[in-house]
Amino acid sequence: MNYFLEIAPNLLAGLKMTLGVFFLTIIGSVPLGIIVSLGMKSEYFTVRWLINGYIWIMRGTPLLLQLIFVYYGLGMMGITFPRFEAAVIAFIINYAAYLAEIFRGGLQSVPRGQYDAARVLGFTRTQTFFKIVLPQVIKIVVPSFGNEVINLVKDTSLVYVIGLGDILRAGNIAASRDVTLVPYLLVGLIYLLMTAIVTVLLRRSEKRLNIWR
Amino acid sequence: MLEIKKLTKKYSSNTIFKALDLTVRDGEVLSIVGPSGIGKTTLIKILAGLETADSGEVILNDEQLPVNGTRSDAKVGLIFQDFNLFPNYTVLDNITLAPISVNKIDKITAQKQARNILETLGMADKADLYPFQLSGGQKQRAAIARALAMNPQILAYDEPTSGLDEASTNQVAEVVKALKAQGVTQMIITHDHPFAELVSDRVFDFATEVSR
Repeated sequence: MNYFLEIAPNLLAGLKMTLGVFFLTIIGSVPLGIIVSLGMKSEYFTVRWLINGYIWIMRGTPLLLQLIFVYYGLGMMGITFPRFEAAVIAFIINYAAYLAEIFRGGLQSVPRGQYDAARVLGFTRTQTFFKIVLPQVIKIVVPSFGNEVINLVKDTSLVYVIGLGDILRAGNIAASRDVTLVPYLLVGLIYLLMTAIVTVLLRRSEKRLNIWR
Repeated sequence: MLEIKKLTKKYSSNTIFKALDLTVRDGEVLSIVGPSGIGKTTLIKILAGLETADSGEVILNDEQLPVNGTRSDAKVGLIFQDFNLFPNYTVLDNITLAPISVNKIDKITAQKQARNILETLGMADKADLYPFQLSGGQKQRAAIARALAMNPQILAYDEPTSGLDEASTNQVAEVVKALKAQGVTQMIITHDHPFAELVSDRVFDFATEVSR
């Protein structure tokens, strides 16, 4: 217990970093994912081609590599970001690609008849999307979206590669300094706690969305 | 009054109908009958602006409606065969959504109007249910209410009795008659001849009275 209190400030500082990357990624990647998924249905070949290329790269290479590239690679090309911003950018563009695929599936499952009904009632395309299509897509994608969010909780640990101090790195430092595995156990418990919270929140939103079918 | 003049629809080399002339007078109930796959639904979709026609005119109360697919308005109220209610909204919200967001009517007025419509359709107690909680006949009346709330100049039904049992079919007939009594112009696409004879002032046979 004493030992826990001793390393708690370091772990909490690391947790702050972890949560920062986590929340900023969610905030950035959801809207970007929606825009990308809409772009996949674009009538312009070039737009579809560019988006498919982007998704291929994001899903086809390790996130670790993408982090390194955004921070060091772009840095060498003269585009420099601070470490934290670089990490958030890499996470957002990576997760947006996965989310876009999920949203695309959701968009496809909204029947054509919903668009027709909206049109004969005089809705604009924007109104149709936000009031009629998007709520139905959200309901469909919540379970798969939840999966990605839980992955994200754990993926945030990759930021150590560009020298950011997240919770796992804080645990790592404490473990090697004090020659003990206890910090790792604590870190593991904190990850479990975070995923438990995410799980409960997702279940709750699924339940709320189940008032209609 | 709805006037269809020389309307032609082709799919590549396949002519669905050619130089179709048809008039629906104000307050009239016209049924269009004929077997499935003959182009009845295509006609109604052109009237509602969901399909394009190759040539011809559609004139609704002296206003020429474009038939080139650029229309997006509620002048023709369409009741879809499978209703296409919005599953994420209650019956009341299904009805008020368009008046509020398209016509910019305030919520209170829109809800009051919607409840009045539901009352005339015998659906007053269903306002707060979601579509999945309704029977086929109730879904249909919700769809009729949704179309009526936009004050269409003509109401068009696509196969309103398909998939409905006898009791629900009779209810649809009652609704059509009640709306006729209120002066609503109605056009019904159906392959149900007895139903067409029962509710309409005039029956148009799409199989024999249309050139192709």
